[in-house]
Amino acid sequence: MSILQTPGSDGRFGEFGGRFVPETLVPACQELEHAFSDAWNDPMFRADLDQLLREYAGRPSMVTECHNLGSELGIRLFLKREDLNHTGSHKINNVLGQVLLAKRMGKKRIVAETGAGQHGVASATAAALLGLECKVYMGEVDTERQELNVFRMRLLGAEVEAVTSGSRTLKDAVNEAMRDWVASVETTHYCLGSVMGPHPYPFMVRQFHRVIGDEAFEQMNDVLGTSPDYVVACVGGGSNAMGIFSGFVDTPAQLIGVEPAGGAAVGRGQPGVVHGMKSYLMQDEYGQVSEAHSISAGLDYPGVGPEHSYLASIGRAQYPTVTDDEVIAAFQLMARSEGIIPALECAHAMAWISREAPNMQGKTVLMNLSGRGDKDVGQMMSILGDVI
Amino acid sequence: MSGRLEAAMRSRIDGGGKCLVPYITGGYPGWMDAVRACAANGADAIEIGIPFSDPVMDGPIIQQASQTALDGGATPVSILHDVRSLDVGIPLAVMCYYNTVFHAGHERFAHDLASAGISAAIVPDLPLEEAGDWCAAADAAGIETVMLAAPTAPDERLPRVAERARGFVYSVGLLGVTGERAALALTATTLAARVKKITTKPVLIGVGVSNAQQAVEASRVADGVIMGASVVRRMIDGGADSVGEFIAEVRHALDGATW
Repeated sequence: MSILQTPGSDGRFGEFGGRFVPETLVPACQELEHAFSDAWNDPMFRADLDQLLREYAGRPSMVTECHNLGSELGIRLFLKREDLNHTGSHKINNVLGQVLLAKRMGKKRIVAETGAGQHGVASATAAALLGLECKVYMGEVDTERQELNVFRMRLLGAEVEAVTSGSRTLKDAVNEAMRDWVASVETTHYCLGSVMGPHPYPFMVRQFHRVIGDEAFEQMNDVLGTSPDYVVACVGGGSNAMGIFSGFVDTPAQLIGVEPAGGAAVGRGQPGVVHGMKSYLMQDEYGQVSEAHSISAGLDYPGVGPEHSYLASIGRAQYPTVTDDEVIAAFQLMARSEGIIPALECAHAMAWISREAPNMQGKTVLMNLSGRGDKDVGQMMSILGDVI
Repeated sequence: MSGRLEAAMRSRIDGGGKCLVPYITGGYPGWMDAVRACAANGADAIEIGIPFSDPVMDGPIIQQASQTALDGGATPVSILHDVRSLDVGIPLAVMCYYNTVFHAGHERFAHDLASAGISAAIVPDLPLEEAGDWCAAADAAGIETVMLAAPTAPDERLPRVAERARGFVYSVGLLGVTGERAALALTATTLAARVKKITTKPVLIGVGVSNAQQAVEASRVADGVIMGASVVRRMIDGGADSVGEFIAEVRHALDGATW
């Protein structure tokens, strides 16, 4: 039996998950749960989705062995190249699934939250392709550090609203998207961007991303004849990590989800409830949600998807942290050694691998390169401009 | 067995009147005077908001008041401490988000409310399916948990919500978050009528009831109203006196109408 769970109607992964939403949204979550289940079991829907993933997103994504970095670090390092997908990250897998589903449900409009802008861009892209109206909520702080992605979304026909409440980052964008959905639920689908939120989102989004792990399992088997010793991914809400973990959770591979030191929901958190789910959460002594701090907007999230909390609680996956300085070094290391500029989010995974390589000599390591770093070049130029 | 909140509602209803329950954000500067002003001007019970960092059911006015209160150092503990010295003679309910309850622990939070003299709790992000453990702890401590009925609820759901509700059933006035609206939404009276049909418990309309005229309109179907953003805006702009005048105006309108 797989460690990957199919939650029942209570939406639980162990003690985590659930559906902590206002009464107004309960029927919509139930409708979505049933619609997803029907669609996922409908060969026509799956064929439509597979075709989009293949012909539009460019799947399957390849696996690249990093010979230079590998010999430098004394390991065999493989990258799952989600950065080569259309729109430049893994986010397109989930978004194509959800927008196709929204259309099947007769919705005319989607709303989405975004941190770094990757999910917002992917949502705007899928909405443009499939003919739905799209509104994206983005924290004001993030619209400033990712202004190119804001423009990209507008080019794609989406409306972008800068969120000025709270910490003005990803968690506040989620709040605002939920407020929109409470008011628009009859015509609108909330296209949530990670394995978080109320049931069925954590389960549904993981199912849409498991293509990453399922492909990688076969690809690694072709290369190594077995699974790798380590599977490493960065974790904000945790969608790219859940995607790749899905393929290896029932193998002997060690699963490593790397959190930013300033956003260590699993590492520092206690169980809490926000954004519709019970999961590990950074919070103060009264249960007020803390603000996460990370160099990468996409990981600036104080919570984590409930299935990660479950995997951590049973000891199946580990969730170490890396610092911003380690991330900046890893970002440059990958660029110079391999000619690949990673998204700052993925540079967290690289930073952990680079730091822990002395303890992994001769081992095989698969890292999910979940996005490309073009969006981060401006930010890194302001940090490194005088140094390089 | 009915608690203090339900008894207060029934007493007003049995006298031929309509219930008025204002909302005040706890911890906002001057909030205790605002609570006293509500009580002195005809409120039947008062809802005290415990500010939360991520209030997804609240619109801009209550968000702003919550943030100001949090920035001023308000905590659930400081607010419940202050509540002890509020001797207003009418039932008090707290409105708080579920993580405040969960973090404290169900039994402890219920006990803390009871020992502060609170009668009831409203937890807007705790729907029926997730509410069981809290409701059991609240029942055991004598805290009445007000349940929300939403306009999107199918017919089969409403009786289960009403059955679980203590104090009154909170009939959500519109699809959306708290805030003032130019007109009462049609959904407000439509839903309240559906709820009235399936329960004998008091039914109050809240969210989007913004002035005296809308309160009267809502009360033509419901047993009364909860008024939040309109009250909090007056507290922000004009303090307790402004709140008191407004509550008196709504009370007067409700008492002057014929039902």
